[in-house]
Amino acid sequence: MMSFDQLAELAGKMAPMFVMINADGQIERVGPTLQKLRPDQDWTGQPFIEIFDLRRPRSIRNMADLLGSSGVKLHMQFRDEPHTGLKGVLAPLPKGRGAFVNLSFGISVLDAVRDYDLTSADFSATDLTIEMLYLVEAKSAAMEASRQLNLRLQGAKIAAEEQAFTDTLTGLKNRRAMNHILGRMISTGRDFSLMQLDLDFFKAVNDTMGHAAGDAVLQKVASIMVDCTRNVDTIARVGGDEFVLIIDGLVDHAQLDNIASRLIKRLEEPIPFGGQMCQISASIGTVLSPASVSIDAAQLLNEADMALYAAKRAGRACHYFYEPGMDSEDTDEAVEEVSVDTASSQADTSRSSGNTAADAEQRSNG
Amino acid sequence: MHGLINRAIQAFVCSTYGESRWRDVTDSAELGFSEFEAMLIYTDDQSKKLLAAMEQVLQRPLPEMLEDMGTFLVSNPQVEALRRLLRFGGVNYVEFLHSLDDLPDRARLAVSDLYLPPLELIETAPGQFKLFCQDGLPGYASVMMGVLRAMADDYGDLVILEHSGHQDGAEVISVTLVETDFAEGRAFDLGAHLL
Repeated sequence: MMSFDQLAELAGKMAPMFVMINADGQIERVGPTLQKLRPDQDWTGQPFIEIFDLRRPRSIRNMADLLGSSGVKLHMQFRDEPHTGLKGVLAPLPKGRGAFVNLSFGISVLDAVRDYDLTSADFSATDLTIEMLYLVEAKSAAMEASRQLNLRLQGAKIAAEEQAFTDTLTGLKNRRAMNHILGRMISTGRDFSLMQLDLDFFKAVNDTMGHAAGDAVLQKVASIMVDCTRNVDTIARVGGDEFVLIIDGLVDHAQLDNIASRLIKRLEEPIPFGGQMCQISASIGTVLSPASVSIDAAQLLNEADMALYAAKRAGRACHYFYEPGMDSEDTDEAVEEVSVDTASSQADTSRSSGNTAADAEQRSNG
Repeated sequence: MHGLINRAIQAFVCSTYGESRWRDVTDSAELGFSEFEAMLIYTDDQSKKLLAAMEQVLQRPLPEMLEDMGTFLVSNPQVEALRRLLRFGGVNYVEFLHSLDDLPDRARLAVSDLYLPPLELIETAPGQFKLFCQDGLPGYASVMMGVLRAMADDYGDLVILEHSGHQDGAEVISVTLVETDFAEGRAFDLGAHLL
């Protein structure tokens, strides 16, 4: 039969965190790594449960319970600081000579390695702890590289969105794309006309029926505008409910007025959403392509805007062409815009030279 | 080739020759970009162009630069993580050498799609080794040469390293251990980077 000393020497190599206890539950020997955790501790003769606080299983309350716990996974921690958590398993020694307890760090190994300055020599050669530490570091480094990649991709996505030419809600072109196309058309000297279209009563839909309804309306509006124009024309959403249409190769007043009227008429058809009807309309200001390239895009847009305001002042659902006199008119009457809006049903139709056929009944419905 | 390898080349060139020289290299390689992502995969053709452009733009023999890169990967504080992972291989240089057999598998444990060709260490006499670097990654043996040299410094051992030609589809590096504990070496603390 092997002596305690022989067993201890053997176990030191295979299980350097062992504890041997005698039949009274007092510690007889400890392994070298366990010794390293408490270098100044005098282990011999100390009751096991006074050094280790047994957390689980809870049924173990005294030494007799412990000695009877053969094969059960034990969870414990040091009673003094640092309270490193330990896992263990106990096997009784033959002839009632006590028990052999093998301990390991379990998941607390990461803290233990740091707290006790452990090296590979402190672990048995077959122990997977070093491999686990290696994996933890390798995976953390790989994870960090992935995280950095994600951050960069996120940044690239935001940058791409900023540079995009498409309005994500409606699928129409956005202001950036419109500026780009408009600049090109002016510089090549092509004939075209530019319509600035503003939805009427859209804010009311948004406010009373919610943003989801507003979004649905904008999508329907976009599809109507695509229907009413040709592939060569450009349609852009340049603001919340503001659109710009660039009609390629067309500068004929009658035809343009026709397009505008058709647009307004179609936009005034109630749009169903969630069992309710959304009623909107539109005002349009149109400007024809400049005779000289000295007129820039900003100026052209400004002129279309003034025509649009004239149309709004005339009482919604109107279409106006830009006329040179509008510049001064605009500064005089811009302040009245709000009050004119509320009194749209009494609009002065005599001023709407390029008015559409939209009738007053529809306007008051909005 | 894995982004980690391309990224390592980028880190080495940027740190040694500067970022503008790196852009010269990527421009010359006509990659269309100058930043490699560590966690993406690039075609072998892209890496091949990159290495060719390095040799041309930086005007140095490629094996020499790749060996420097191996040293850089271990000794530069910027890439400390790799040095630590290699140090997990063993408590001394000889143990580390023997752990190289497992290196490709260890690499795959950390990053599953990172392929490194097999390495095999043969002890020909006490203190004499031959490291067989299998084909599959251009310049692999040159980089390993630099890594072995820098790791010897890291452990504080004095070694002689030599290219010993090609044998059975592998490039062979002979390692002669002249003196262990020749110098202080660098400290390695298992828990230094945890948390």
